[in-house]
Amino acid sequence: MVDYFSLDYFLKHILSFAIWVPVLSGVFLLFTADENKPDNTRWLALIGGLVSFLVTIPLYTHFNFMDGGFQFQEGFSWIPSFNINYHLGVDGIAIPLILLTSFTTVIVIIAAWEVIQKRVAQYMACFLIMSGLMIGVFSALDAILYYVFWEAMLIPMFLVIGIWGGPNRVYATIKFFLYTLLGSLLMLVAFIYLHMQTASFEVIDFHRVTLPLNVQILIFLAFFTAFAVKIPMWPVHTWLPDAHVEAPTGGSVVLAAIALKLGGYSFLRFAMPIAPDAAHHLSGYMIALSLIAIVYIALVALVQKDMKKLIAYSSISHMGFVTLGFFIFNNLGLEGAIVQMVSHGFISAAMFLCVGVLYERVHSRQIESYGGVANTMPTFAAFAVLFAMANSGLPGTSGFVGEFMVILGAIEANFWYAFLASFTLIFGAAYTLWMVKRVFYGEIANSHVAALKDINQRELLILSTLAVMVLALGIYPQPLTDMTNATVTQLLSQLAQSKLPTGFTSGL
Amino acid sequence: MENIRFDLMTALPEIFILSMAMVILIADLFLKNNNRIAIYALAQITLLGAAYITFSTHAPSVTYAFTGTFVDDAMSDVLKLMIYLGTSLILLYSRQYLQQRDMFRGEFYALVLFSVVGMMIMVSGQNMLTLYIGLELLSLSLYALVALDRDNAKATEAAMKYFVLGALASGMLLYGMSMVYGMTGSLNITDINMSLMSEPKIHTVLVLGLVFIVAGLAFKLGAVPFQMWMPDVYEGSPTAVTLLISSVPKLAAFAFIIRMLVQALPSLAADWQQMLMIMAVLSIVIGNITAIAQTNLKRMLAYSTISHVGFILYGLMSASMNGFVYALFYVVSYVLMTLAGFGIILLLSRKGFEADQLNDLKGLNQRSPWHAFLMLIVMFSMAGVPPTLGFYAKFSVLQAALEAGYLWLVVFAVLMAVIGAFYYLRVIKLMYFDEPTDHSPITAPLDMRIVLGVNALALLVLGMMPQGLMELCIYAITRSLS
Repeated sequence: MVDYFSLDYFLKHILSFAIWVPVLSGVFLLFTADENKPDNTRWLALIGGLVSFLVTIPLYTHFNFMDGGFQFQEGFSWIPSFNINYHLGVDGIAIPLILLTSFTTVIVIIAAWEVIQKRVAQYMACFLIMSGLMIGVFSALDAILYYVFWEAMLIPMFLVIGIWGGPNRVYATIKFFLYTLLGSLLMLVAFIYLHMQTASFEVIDFHRVTLPLNVQILIFLAFFTAFAVKIPMWPVHTWLPDAHVEAPTGGSVVLAAIALKLGGYSFLRFAMPIAPDAAHHLSGYMIALSLIAIVYIALVALVQKDMKKLIAYSSISHMGFVTLGFFIFNNLGLEGAIVQMVSHGFISAAMFLCVGVLYERVHSRQIESYGGVANTMPTFAAFAVLFAMANSGLPGTSGFVGEFMVILGAIEANFWYAFLASFTLIFGAAYTLWMVKRVFYGEIANSHVAALKDINQRELLILSTLAVMVLALGIYPQPLTDMTNATVTQLLSQLAQSKLPTGFTSGL
Repeated sequence: MENIRFDLMTALPEIFILSMAMVILIADLFLKNNNRIAIYALAQITLLGAAYITFSTHAPSVTYAFTGTFVDDAMSDVLKLMIYLGTSLILLYSRQYLQQRDMFRGEFYALVLFSVVGMMIMVSGQNMLTLYIGLELLSLSLYALVALDRDNAKATEAAMKYFVLGALASGMLLYGMSMVYGMTGSLNITDINMSLMSEPKIHTVLVLGLVFIVAGLAFKLGAVPFQMWMPDVYEGSPTAVTLLISSVPKLAAFAFIIRMLVQALPSLAADWQQMLMIMAVLSIVIGNITAIAQTNLKRMLAYSTISHVGFILYGLMSASMNGFVYALFYVVSYVLMTLAGFGIILLLSRKGFEADQLNDLKGLNQRSPWHAFLMLIVMFSMAGVPPTLGFYAKFSVLQAALEAGYLWLVVFAVLMAVIGAFYYLRVIKLMYFDEPTDHSPITAPLDMRIVLGVNALALLVLGMMPQGLMELCIYAITRSLS
């Protein structure tokens, strides 16, 4: 007799709860919502979001820090005819991202409180369902299960940008969907190919199978198209600025804070361990693309006139650090990349929320529409400057830790990588602080700015929560690195082992 | 005497439906216009009764009747049950549409039932002539159905096109069959196979015959380059008839292909694989790219059908047991999707308004969030996005093709699927992102709304739990083809 209310049962199926609680509360919201009482809907959504967040907390408290393998595993045979299992499990890399996801969802729900007035239930439901699906991506240990979550999350995001977005939203959302779909379908082909080799869709079996180098390279490239689009890496990044500019604030927050991390995470879960020899073989190209993203895209950010576009380009530049950290194959670089992913989740969310605060009041994202905002919104300006500093990598904020670790790791690999990467500290500061100067300082530019009201309690709550997270991670990143340490060590030893068949000399 | 009794019992579902179609024709003469609903009820009861007969007499073994010209195996029973189910949904969805357009008459129901008998014979035919007769019974009923709205010039034109091209295809099919007959000396599926296995034949003549057979089949299925009739017929027919043409006959065509190519001509597999491959690739290209340019929803769905046929052929061209199972899975998924898709068009149409333009879907989310959601599921399922049934359909046929070694064709197909996703997304864009231009309430009857809801939600539920449907397909194919 299973006791469905015991802690034991809960811990055994915690990942299922983490996925399905938000999804089901979203569905519940869709069916029960009364268009005339949006406040009830908002509270229900908030409760759903909070419960979903609480459900994920035990992943941290009950985590075994010594074990670098998969924990909290659960599963059953889902579609036996295809050998597909419902198999979940997480390691030290996935858990921080899951916590980030459920946390961000709560923030997004609160941030939408007064901003979203039309079709509130659908909006909230989209974010709750998306949250569950993204947690599914982070915790799936079966390739097809992973793929289902990965693709399914496109649907709510497509609707969020398309329904609540800006004037050019249709173009942006269709571009977003098709770009991502193209990459993912090639990944699906790679999965089917691997299934032919292993007769299984289990990620763990994929990790073990030996493959000749030319096959590994093709598989790596198939994964690369899927993940590089998502991260996004230069030159397939062009969907991101469009999507960010048109998306509502919540959509931008989730895109930047979590959706981009799906790509980074997937490199570590699929592309690199499945095709380690190809990853080493192609690492030069990957590092080159990362450095182009870091330096060139930072310069592109410098000339932006639209605040959201500027932050979007800054995201691409920061994600360049993540891929750089992956492909220098050392402990410091990899851990730095993971810290950078989490930190960027908080900072980019905060930056987009700041733009949202301004946009809601003035209905413009152009930098030139502002000036002297600090005079009318002093509290808000304090927060915005803090986040801007974090974005440019000021020591003491979370933005510094990840970038610094990656740069240190890069010196180990090659001095010139580190040299080029550290340009971001100059360019990042330049584009962020220049924007801050033009928007917040100086004389009050126009009557709109003069009429601005400072942030209310609700906005204060979300911005201060994020500020606490940014500072905490910047001052004391130990809990995060402790969590990832064992997994990173294990992953690196896995990557160091060649998967070429024995007696195999050259692939191509 | 015992033999005849056995033969008749084996074909009991066909005999039952045929007799009931006659009853409906006669009963219609005695009914007044406002009692016509009885005809509708009678047709539904007929399908239900046939389902009962098929289900209760089902046995997993293979039974031959009428001196080996007719077969009752697992595949035929499964497909027949699907055909009853699909037809029953068609009758339900189209009832109000027909009433509003003065087509709610006995002929419609009799012709639909005749076409069902045709499909059943195609499914159970074990002889080239039986198969051909089934196909003709289906086709002739469909030609008449397209022209049912006599005063509609567009429908008449569509019927004429359909008839002329359909007759041509039947001719080709028959010509191809005659060559195979000439070489093997038999019309019987099993005997043809035996004869080809036992002694060498003149390969050129056989392949020439095969080309004609495949061309004829491709026409009925709607594969490129034999697809020209589809957009015009889809657009010109009354939507209720389009629903019929586009859905269940594909099940029968699938069975026809299995009987002809897989059971009769497996020794020519290397040849028909190549032919199917060319048609599959062309269908996916033409279907997906041309669909983008359409403004008429029915035409768009016609091109979408062509691309789906391409994917079905991907399964068949693999020429493996898995490939046939997955192709059947795809056909069944396709039928469910198409029924729901056209169901929504029928739901939105009303007296004097067809709702067959893409723009008629504008702002549906504001008019009726529930129906917009159902159409959303249908569109994502057709695009093959998980967690819908359409994803597993595409996934499985691509898996079969990859296992058969067609790596680059699979990569090509997924690239085309991305192009295809665009026009499905456009439908969702119209429903969700645009403002409605038409605010009239939706007047469809309650039973239709409920069943349509179940139909569309089934795409989502089966997308999360496809195992049952998959097992059914495995059962149907492996029991019949081993």
